[in-house]
Amino acid sequence: MTSPGDVILEVRQLSLAFGGVQALSDVSFDVREHEIRAIIGPNGAGKSSMLNCINGVYVPQQGTLVFAGQSFSASGPRLTPRRMAQLGVARTFQNLALFKGMSVLDNIMTGRNLRMRSNLLLQALRWGPAEREETQHREVAERIIDFLEIQAHRKSPVGRLSYGLQKRVDLGRALAMEPRVLLLDEPMAGMNLEEKQDMCRFILDVNDEFGTTIVLIEHDMGVVMDISARVVVLDHGRKIGDGTPDQVRGNPEVIRAYLGTKH
Amino acid sequence: MQTTFPRLMLAHARQRPGEPALREKALGIWQTLSWEQLATLVQHIACGLAEAGLTRGEHVVVIGENRPRLYATMLAAQSLGAVPVPLYQDAAATEFVFPIVNAEVRFAIVEDQEQVDKLLSVRGQCPQLARLWFDDPRGLRHYREDGLAPLDQLVEAGRLHGQQHPTFFFDAEARGQPGDVAAMFYTSGTTGHPKGVVHTHLSLLDRAAAGARFDRLGPHEEVLAYLPPAWVGQNIFSYAQWLACGYVVNCPESADTVTIDLKEIGPTYYFAPPRIFEALLTSVTIRMEDAGAVKRWLFRRCMDVARRVGPALMDQQPVAWTERLKYLLGEGLIYAPLRNTLGLSRVRVAYTAGEAIGPDLFSFYRSIGVNLKQLYGSTETAVFVCLQPDHEVRADTVGVPIEGVELRVDEAGELQVRSPGLLKEYHKNPQATAEVKTTDGWYRTGDAGYVDERGHLHIIDRARDVGRLADGSMFAPRYIENKLKFFPHIKEAVAFGDRREQVCAFVNIDFEAVGHWAERRHLPYTGYTDLASKPEVLALVRDCVQQVNADLAHDPRLAGSQIRRFLVLHKELDADDGELTRTRKVRRGPIAEKYQVLLEALYSGRTEQHIETQIRFEDGRTGMAAATLKLVDLPLQVPPQVPPQVPLRSAA
Repeated sequence: MTSPGDVILEVRQLSLAFGGVQALSDVSFDVREHEIRAIIGPNGAGKSSMLNCINGVYVPQQGTLVFAGQSFSASGPRLTPRRMAQLGVARTFQNLALFKGMSVLDNIMTGRNLRMRSNLLLQALRWGPAEREETQHREVAERIIDFLEIQAHRKSPVGRLSYGLQKRVDLGRALAMEPRVLLLDEPMAGMNLEEKQDMCRFILDVNDEFGTTIVLIEHDMGVVMDISARVVVLDHGRKIGDGTPDQVRGNPEVIRAYLGTKH
Repeated sequence: MQTTFPRLMLAHARQRPGEPALREKALGIWQTLSWEQLATLVQHIACGLAEAGLTRGEHVVVIGENRPRLYATMLAAQSLGAVPVPLYQDAAATEFVFPIVNAEVRFAIVEDQEQVDKLLSVRGQCPQLARLWFDDPRGLRHYREDGLAPLDQLVEAGRLHGQQHPTFFFDAEARGQPGDVAAMFYTSGTTGHPKGVVHTHLSLLDRAAAGARFDRLGPHEEVLAYLPPAWVGQNIFSYAQWLACGYVVNCPESADTVTIDLKEIGPTYYFAPPRIFEALLTSVTIRMEDAGAVKRWLFRRCMDVARRVGPALMDQQPVAWTERLKYLLGEGLIYAPLRNTLGLSRVRVAYTAGEAIGPDLFSFYRSIGVNLKQLYGSTETAVFVCLQPDHEVRADTVGVPIEGVELRVDEAGELQVRSPGLLKEYHKNPQATAEVKTTDGWYRTGDAGYVDERGHLHIIDRARDVGRLADGSMFAPRYIENKLKFFPHIKEAVAFGDRREQVCAFVNIDFEAVGHWAERRHLPYTGYTDLASKPEVLALVRDCVQQVNADLAHDPRLAGSQIRRFLVLHKELDADDGELTRTRKVRRGPIAEKYQVLLEALYSGRTEQHIETQIRFEDGRTGMAAATLKLVDLPLQVPPQVPPQVPLRSAA
């Protein structure tokens, strides 16, 4: 694993409410460059909301988000998903966000969209610089296909693949952006044991091979503890634990949130 | 062929430098390596290996899938007079220990992280293993083991060495003699340790060239290399014959993409064990079942025509013009598109070998116009002993002895072979060598077989399994069992008859296939035992056995081995109960002992027998299975006309 560097992403006293529902209250933590950082918690703890805040989908009412030295907050400069993508943050989705009728290759190519410079007309005509550009992007996409070992499905429509493979393609689409930070929303949900092990290996490989910082949300504690360097634990929108997997495992509040205690 | 592997490679590089030698699909595109580029790469690797201290006659281990750079490594080792030893890439790490220690291997060149991990895990048991190079660096960046380095580094070191000593490579190569040891293959011994089969340049290349002449193979063939390079078959087809003919070998992208790559390449020369052909056919059957009613009807009609006419057309026999016309129509509608989907459009010659192939499976491919043939050979004979000539293909023979091959059958019925392609010896195992090689230079195959009146070889069984009926006629249990097992409804069969009056058999139904069959007929059943005892199922099996008997009746040597009585067992034969080996071969002895009651009932003429058997579940618990089995009698069949008996003779 690449050794973690400076703080790349910092969340300061973030609070988010939907009407009367307080999804996140006063949550702070940081993510260091090149590390694998997990956010865990029981159902409804606010994990996905947290990810959506980092991603710029939700705008928190209070708090600041600092990404690579730039601050974003409700009062200051606004954070949008597009801005975040340009800064180098890519994500995958719990319920997958793929074009089911398109091939694996085309889906991964959509991840290159933000980096394509030629305009729609040139691309449609595949003329001159547009063709050269496409060749370059195709090479990146092919490297990802090779990396994720999905060569056999290159031309298959995504909708025909198994769920585990679709998850892998979703990861590939996010990787195609060549992100600095990769946000993974429950990458192992709904998978069987073998698919989970494969996914773990790919997450570790991505981190190792490209030095990508990874923030992942997971429901399954066992998997998370094995691959992440530090873990944040949320419960009912509050942070109840933060530290190495061992520290978190021994934290009485975490045990209570997960297993419940007698009152 | 009085030459060596590296010499052939250099000749191709000189005569046709720009022609493709190898292709590999990388990043979705087929990348070509020309003969000239290959020669340069081989030279660099050879110089690098020499600098690392590889000496003449030393063994080098190569482990991986078919990769151009691993092929180049084998050529490089051979250029220095060293001996490449390919090992199975899917073997467990512990299986590498014996060959590495046995061959005193110091250097290994492997494909990727998986192989590196395996070798590192057994390094403690192979202390002499000093250097390890890997082709694909993925995941290996942080490895800091002694002697571990990327292949790129070896190539670069070799390039620099070559600049300083420009004639070194050519001098070293020129010292190689055709009689030198070229490669060693470890055979997967069923008992004890594997044996290293030592082959010379001469033995491998002589057979490769003989096979190529037999099928008129030339430099324009395309071959897809996807079987393990450690298997002698793959090595002959994509290495020895590749250099002998100078054709193009294509390496698939990964093991999962073989069917796609097959279609893209469209090989003209194809080789696969029966299970690959079976898997292809299964995929066709499944996809046809999902097709619309019209397509299914069309497919069925066309396949009926193909089965009736196809094999005869292949063998250039006379066929009525109406039938020809129908076949032509089918060709346009079904056969040609089907061959294209399977990636077999351009196949001129295809071989199956390794195990017995079912006649239905075999004739399916021939009926749709794929020139599928059988051959006979083994690691020890450098594969090519007998091949089927075009237009003389039958499911039950393995062809005629090709040039250079002599066959004879000893008194015990064991087939012996003499050819320039025989192994030199088993590595460090003179006792085993003496067991298989006679003093006058014949190799004992361990197979029982005979040459028929048309000069074709029939393989009957392993020689040690062949027995005699009480009247002295030959009894080949495995031959009969295989015939039975080719029926989809029969899973296993055990034939008895050695030193007995007549042949009797136990049959195991295939639960899945017979279950489907019963469901389609609305035949209710509660489980395996119930299904196996249905009178309808007994009738179904009886038909199969009768067909086998009809086949046997055609063969004067085996007419006496017709199955006269059989029963369908109430439980599946299982390795957990000690009835099968782990590789699913029936253990005749233990079965006979365990079902002594049934065997006695079969031979005493009873029509029914009750039996209770102990069964062992996977978790170790035991239970009892009880059933009353019906014993079925069959009449002796007489062939329509008895062909004149021809004495066994050896073919020239």
